[in-house]
Amino acid sequence: MRTFDYTRAQSPAQAVNSHAALGQPFYLAGGTTLLDLVKLDIMQPDRLVDINHLTLKQVEPLADGRVRIGALVSNTQLASHPVIRKRYAVLSQAILAGASTQLRNKATTGGNVMQRVRCNYFRDGISPCNKRQPGSGCSAIEGHNRSVHAVLGTSDQCIATHPSDMCVAIAAIGAQVTVQGPEGVRDIAFGDFHLLPGQSPWLEHALQPHELITHVTLDAPLANSRSAYLKLRDRDSYQFALASSAVIVVMNDQRITHARIALGGVGTKPWRAVEAERALIGQKPDMGLLTEVGERAMQGAHAYEHNGFKIPLGQQVVTRNLRDLTA
Amino acid sequence: LNGWSAVLAKTAPKLSDYPSELGKDRGGAPLKANPMTKTKDLQAPDDSVTKGISVVTPSRRNFLKFGVSGIAAATVSTWIPESVVAAQAMPQVVDDIDSPKVGEQRIRLTVNGQVHTLNVPANAILLDVLRDRLQLTGTKKGCDHGQCGACTLLVNGVAINSCLSIALQHDGDSITTIEGLCDGDTLHPVQEAFWDHDAYQCGYCTSGQIMSAVAILNDPNIGTDDDSVKEAMSGNICRCGAYKNILAAIQSARGKMRGAV
Repeated sequence: MRTFDYTRAQSPAQAVNSHAALGQPFYLAGGTTLLDLVKLDIMQPDRLVDINHLTLKQVEPLADGRVRIGALVSNTQLASHPVIRKRYAVLSQAILAGASTQLRNKATTGGNVMQRVRCNYFRDGISPCNKRQPGSGCSAIEGHNRSVHAVLGTSDQCIATHPSDMCVAIAAIGAQVTVQGPEGVRDIAFGDFHLLPGQSPWLEHALQPHELITHVTLDAPLANSRSAYLKLRDRDSYQFALASSAVIVVMNDQRITHARIALGGVGTKPWRAVEAERALIGQKPDMGLLTEVGERAMQGAHAYEHNGFKIPLGQQVVTRNLRDLTA
Repeated sequence: LNGWSAVLAKTAPKLSDYPSELGKDRGGAPLKANPMTKTKDLQAPDDSVTKGISVVTPSRRNFLKFGVSGIAAATVSTWIPESVVAAQAMPQVVDDIDSPKVGEQRIRLTVNGQVHTLNVPANAILLDVLRDRLQLTGTKKGCDHGQCGACTLLVNGVAINSCLSIALQHDGDSITTIEGLCDGDTLHPVQEAFWDHDAYQCGYCTSGQIMSAVAILNDPNIGTDDDSVKEAMSGNICRCGAYKNILAAIQSARGKMRGAV
């Protein structure tokens, strides 16, 4: 593995200052993505700024009903936190559907938001890849594009899916990402945090240079809501999604009054299906309606050579999740 | 000699049985001890390596370190002085007293209850520091990318993949490896259960499986039914496919932890 410098930050401000020095720095939290990719020489840091000693490890219910999560709360801690289990079941389920016990113990909330794509052409260090080497082309579009490649939000520059389960649940819940940078602190709406690949797939998120995620604050849960995460994959554990859905619904007198739908495994970012949500409002759920909503969630999908099956799979993962939640 | 060593001593081919190329590495250089594991021998005269004077006792550890050809060569041609092999068989773990060199930083790790002070470079991986510096080779390197679980150990009681940590991240941490589970000659209940249930074939993944199992059995957030255990263990891959027996072993150890790690 390449050599790099190491700085241990004691405060977010110190971390940002260390990061803003010369060279190519990265923040080190759990390291489950970063060190994997440094070993593969895909990420090439001159310096790691270790943020593990920052006091960003709290899950705090706020007075306005929201919940503020420190960037260093581990995936395991977040999934098992009583407030999350009770008020955001979909988030707890989504986190536990991802990775392995050991990885969830180490991976952090901020790191999960920042995780990189699993496209083999990105990870192999050789193939043309616009994320790794801007302008070199996308090998996946004409290559093997079955499992970790998207049908929604793709471009002629990149078709890799965003790999996170946690982020799909957060997209459905709604959240603000608080970041601290050289210019101060600001909030970014979660839906605006991850960028579509478009013509610049190497730009993956809305962070400005040196900005550090300090918190993710979840919107207050919808009153009387029920929620669930459904994940379909090649094997039943420790596998990235082929298609997944995070669904939150509120029912009143057998009619749906509020609905949130987000998809994973099919999009180049955690995919919120707003049109599909609208179609549910005021309706009594039956299989005809839920099938139509599933189709609407996948509207605009574009199939590549090996992943066309994800379009019906994405429809079904929404329809089935809605069916079970409204039963 | 234990069973494995006896077999090795009888069957190890002589170097002269091979075509001469096999006595060399791929680049044509004569075989020599792996520089990563070589220990400086202050007592042996410098020419002892080439003269060849001693008979090397093969052991499982030496076999793993030097490989088949290494043992074969060592058995007959004595290219490693006996004292060197002895030092490698029972390595001395020496903490760093000197100030860290340029590019290094000092860390303090408590490993299986023993405190170590080490100077490590920033890119030293926790797994490698335990295996190469502290000679705790029970923790295995499998995929080296957090995918197989062979390197699983406990940091402050929590199971992690030690291949995806730099050692500097763990300054001040308390680490438990497979070597830290047994109490003298008394096996940890999970080790005992793996033995009783034949929960392995080749054994390479076993220390990682056991460390994950210990963490799972101590975690009140993980269900006690078979499906919950299987789900929680899915980060530990067993290529021999001993999963059924591993599951049986874990379930049988439940309730026998008696406050063990």
